[in-house]
Amino acid sequence: MAELLLVEAVNDALHTELARDDSVMVMGEDVGRAGGVFRATAGLQERFGENRCVDTPLAEAGILGTAIGLCMAGWRPVCEMQYDAFSYPCLDQLITHVGRYHWRTGGAMDFPLVVRMPYGGGVRAPELHDDSPETYYVHTPGVKVAIPSTPADAKGLLAAAIRDPDPVVVFEPKLIYRSERGEVPEGDYVVPLGKARIAREGTDVTLVAYGAMVPLCERAADELDDVSVEVLDIRSLKPLDEDALLASAAKTGRVVIVQEAPRVAGFGAELAAILAEKAMLDLRGPVLRVTGYDVPYPYWKIEDSYMPSVERVVTAVRQVLAF
Amino acid sequence: MAKVAPGEHELRRVIDEDREVDGLGEQELLDLYRWMVLLRTYDERSLVYHRQGRIGTYAIFWNHEAMQAGSVYALEDGDWIFPSYRESAIGLLRGMPPATVLHWWRGHPAGWWNPADYNLASICVPIATHVPHAAGLAWGKKLKGERACAIAYFGDGATSEGAFHEGANFAAVMGAPLILFCNNNQWAISTPLSKQTHAEALSDKAVGYGMPGVRVDGGDVLAVYEATREAVELARNGGGPTFIEAVTYRAAPHATADDPSAYIDLERVEEERKNECLGRYERYLRKLGVLADDLETEIKAEAADAMRKGIAEAEAEPEPDPELLFDHAYVDPPPGFRDG
Repeated sequence: MAELLLVEAVNDALHTELARDDSVMVMGEDVGRAGGVFRATAGLQERFGENRCVDTPLAEAGILGTAIGLCMAGWRPVCEMQYDAFSYPCLDQLITHVGRYHWRTGGAMDFPLVVRMPYGGGVRAPELHDDSPETYYVHTPGVKVAIPSTPADAKGLLAAAIRDPDPVVVFEPKLIYRSERGEVPEGDYVVPLGKARIAREGTDVTLVAYGAMVPLCERAADELDDVSVEVLDIRSLKPLDEDALLASAAKTGRVVIVQEAPRVAGFGAELAAILAEKAMLDLRGPVLRVTGYDVPYPYWKIEDSYMPSVERVVTAVRQVLAF
Repeated sequence: MAKVAPGEHELRRVIDEDREVDGLGEQELLDLYRWMVLLRTYDERSLVYHRQGRIGTYAIFWNHEAMQAGSVYALEDGDWIFPSYRESAIGLLRGMPPATVLHWWRGHPAGWWNPADYNLASICVPIATHVPHAAGLAWGKKLKGERACAIAYFGDGATSEGAFHEGANFAAVMGAPLILFCNNNQWAISTPLSKQTHAEALSDKAVGYGMPGVRVDGGDVLAVYEATREAVELARNGGGPTFIEAVTYRAAPHATADDPSAYIDLERVEEERKNECLGRYERYLRKLGVLADDLETEIKAEAADAMRKGIAEAEAEPEPDPELLFDHAYVDPPPGFRDG
């Protein structure tokens, strides 16, 4: 076991997977010589060469579009989108082709590509470096989505994504790239997609979250010292561990969902709908959401007023407990 | 960094110059003729089948046969083809049964095929988004040290799309063995080329990517073949991609749902129809003494027979099982994917 930062665990996963499988390659903007703007791909080009860790032209749709052709030629490309909001040009390829091509070939051809990107706010960055676009991706048939919140999961979920036969998008919470440190198994390490993680056990209320909202929920749980709070880290949005969600809801009877993406039709709405359909008799209060707002992600001087805070989570928990 | 000459503006021609192409003997000339007849027959029969309600909306490629047959003939079987919907039947040139293509236009899942069976990507419906796929495949083959190159087909309208640009640029930067084949029929549904680009010629775009740009008479199957052969040779020898602009004029509606009389110059269409590519090639072959009436009749009868069998086979296919909805959306589907 090594003690790694979350971003170092991403790097460890890439080194491990490129060493394990000759057909895995990394491509993206500034991933090679520079090792990535967050250093997630550091050392790959030196170790595996320019053909396995490729500095591409600055074109996100071109990166994902050529990755489809690379799959057809037998590669397993891992594409870095430099920032969340810079991934929007690649949605064209993602929606029209990535999620459909296996289907379009009648199941004959696999497209085992990975898109990974730093996402989320709170980092005092310029406009469009702060978005949480996971819903666009989860909503696309044929595409799977994972979001780690710990260094070990950052490694294990990325390894699972790379080995998965379907296209997988991995969002890495950049806010905690260098603040979350933890034990990470060395060498081969896979955290299977589709399994949620109970970050903290409790009996009174469940906080459901993923990514950077998980440590936030844990801080809120610390604050609520008179309440037994369970924190459920969804970590795999598709496939979703519905059983874990329903089991926790059945145990506590109260659920607050926390996401930093805008509220409307966000992934939290999907989780709330599942609870409405399948957990009604277990619930002792309404399912509440603490989310971003239906506004553009703000300039950073006021971003703390946008991001879900410990206070907002605590308020929501008090509200659902009082119901 | 590449230094390339400005794109040619003169159209390369063979038939109108009464030239012959090195390496093409009687057998090869007739192979090409068979291919063009097969495509023409497919297209004309499909229009009939559409009117009879036997296939759905159909994108006509009448008078594009020279571009398709001439370019594919310059490839090896191991080379990859990335078609747009205008090249829906190009797989026939690789041995795909007509029924498969007819299934596609009948909206039947039996129109799925395994691209690896024919080295033929799936038909791309959105404009130009397959250009990066072709660039990626060509680049990926090169990285693996394989010999294959790729060709991507698209129309004049596609050159306005970002995906065309990104694919062309990637191919050039990566030195990918790719042929960017633009069938410039001068219309994107009702939008003429003059509203698509301010460039004098589409081939000029190649200069900006640092690749050769070639202009060829798109109604001249031999000129298309010769230009593509040159581009393939360059690609295979590590010279990277070439942009080929094949110039023609759309002499048929965009698709069965389109009425061009609302926007097109019908006299110009009439002129093009008189000089359509199959007739031009027939006259050339007859002049060379390679084609005579009986052989022409025989080749056309073979193609008509293949189509008769194709539509019969397509119509004999049972209706698809609704369970197919859930097949192949994922290799390893998430648990809730059938919930609706």
